[in-house]
Amino acid sequence: MENILEVNDLHVSFDTYGGEVKAVRGVSFELRKGETLAIVGESGSGKSVTTKALMGLIPQPPGRIKQGEVLLEGKDLTKMNERQLQKIRGRDLSMIFQDPMTSLNPTMKVGNQIMEGLIKHQKMSRSQAKKRAVELLEMVGIPNPKARINQYPHQFSGGMRQRVVIAIALACNPKVLIADEPTTALDVTIQAQILELMKDLQHKTETSIIFITHDLGVVANVADRVAVMYAGKIVELGTVDDIFYNPQHPYTWGLLGSMPTLDDEESELFAIPGTPPDLLNPPKGDAFAARNEYAMKIDEEEQPPFFQVSDTHYAATWLLHENAPKVEPPESVQKRMQGFANTGASEKGDNA
Amino acid sequence: MSQEKLVEIKDLKQHFKTGRNSVVKAVDGLTFDIYKGETFGLVGESGCGKSTTGRTIIRLYDATDGEVLFDGENVHGKKNRDEMKKFNQKMQMIFQDPYASLNPRMTVEDIIAEGLDIHGLAKDQNARKARVQELLETVGLNKEHAQRYPHEFSGGQRQRIGIARALAVDPDFIIADEPISALDVSIQAQVVNLLKKLQQEKELTYLFIAHDLSMVKYISDRIGVMYFGRLVEVADSDELYKNPMHPYTQSLLSAIPLPDPDYERNRQRFNYDPSKHDTSEEPEFREVNEGHWVLCTTKEFEQYKKEIK
Repeated sequence: MENILEVNDLHVSFDTYGGEVKAVRGVSFELRKGETLAIVGESGSGKSVTTKALMGLIPQPPGRIKQGEVLLEGKDLTKMNERQLQKIRGRDLSMIFQDPMTSLNPTMKVGNQIMEGLIKHQKMSRSQAKKRAVELLEMVGIPNPKARINQYPHQFSGGMRQRVVIAIALACNPKVLIADEPTTALDVTIQAQILELMKDLQHKTETSIIFITHDLGVVANVADRVAVMYAGKIVELGTVDDIFYNPQHPYTWGLLGSMPTLDDEESELFAIPGTPPDLLNPPKGDAFAARNEYAMKIDEEEQPPFFQVSDTHYAATWLLHENAPKVEPPESVQKRMQGFANTGASEKGDNA
Repeated sequence: MSQEKLVEIKDLKQHFKTGRNSVVKAVDGLTFDIYKGETFGLVGESGCGKSTTGRTIIRLYDATDGEVLFDGENVHGKKNRDEMKKFNQKMQMIFQDPYASLNPRMTVEDIIAEGLDIHGLAKDQNARKARVQELLETVGLNKEHAQRYPHEFSGGQRQRIGIARALAVDPDFIIADEPISALDVSIQAQVVNLLKKLQQEKELTYLFIAHDLSMVKYISDRIGVMYFGRLVEVADSDELYKNPMHPYTQSLLSAIPLPDPDYERNRQRFNYDPSKHDTSEEPEFREVNEGHWVLCTTKEFEQYKKEIK
């Protein structure tokens, strides 16, 4: 599959009174046409900063992109000025934000907010844009769109507002859609509807989606591939099956183990001890070492490179080094791996 | 788990006036019991009245109607200061937002000891200090933390402070209103493990309010599902997950995303359509299976009974 977006060795820092906060410390990944890449991680792991950097939305100062490039179909977005970026935002690259309550303009009719991008990027006339706005609202499943475009955001419920935000994001058929926790503020039943809607629209429009979330259940639902971030770096990258059924990084083990599954009983949840490191002074070695029960001496001294597990699967942990001792992942993770070995292997192919 | 009732909620109603002629029936006729030593989970979507229920039980709101019996005594109704104090000591609450529920101008020691002061549980300054340090250690913090202010702590640590504050007065019953939903996944597990450990050590009874169904299933012995101010189903947590009967419960369960890609690919979702209910009579809360209660009409009751087999 062809790559639509490539991120190479991206570093983003923020200058604060306390010093330089290294929020993103060398992130590289590629996004293919029509796929959904999920980025998971805790708050402060740099997932939102990464995507803001892609959109050119890092406030500078205090932020700055120290190093690295973001190639959208070969063109480096980090080298563009604001005017060039404005032509790309909303047209080739658009974003859905977490909170539908605050990402819409409360003083503007919903229809006008959708038409804005169409008029600017696609040079439509107002009447054409209005027609298209009605179609878009219909597409995202809002009943009675003709009347609804003349209403204000406060007249919509949370789930309906998020549908409007999606309609705005998809208005100009973007090549890449970045969804930053689009369902976190919504109830589970509404969340399920929105996820369904996004997948459905993706099939129709062939948009590539970067989906940021901390909810592993949502990841399992939407993602083709998954990047796990910790302390400003990607620590594991693979297909959704790789990550859920054959995880290699101890942090991924911790994340998976700390979620209860509906069928397990009584056993204590596997909790990752401690808290994430302070990115003002990131540790010299593996940032996860201090919370990692499998940490070795080398983890404190040197950052692990990416080790290749399979064609699609990479993990940055010294445990994969040929000289590393064999370790047993936590019990709940072993169960996952076993289940996969028994049943998953045969079904793995049809998701490619 | 004993079968002794600690809290009995009888036809509890909480209505809010929102205008001259409009009333929001946030909680509208709730009846359930909480047994000694168990964790009762209350789930539902935002706006279903689950938080209002918790707050009304502990009398942060005065109930519009109905009663809450704690150890056989009514919590609501006319009470003097001393009588109120007695309940306040036995019932405590842990709040959702660890950033908003701690006074930023008080030291951790003063926050935790406030209950001790009010109820006169510490003999002198030294006893007070010792008790606070003991509590901090119970919840996994250091005694050096006592002199710091809330802003110096992370979300997970703050929630631990909130738990220490609730434990300070040796309560029997703790209402935890979404205690983990503001926390990161890895920290959630720490806090849930702590709550479970404390329950065993101190024989606590919990009312655990949440919308994250997989966590509720994990921590609760029994679960009540709320929809628009009413309970639609109450059952043992295993029974509820294996055998959900009310269509709303089914739709809620079918919507939880699970961290399992294979399951997600084949998942079937149900939408709840309230208009599909039998409307020939007012639905009532009926026991369909042992300990499994569902809000239903006689016709639906017969139908649910058949489905058990």
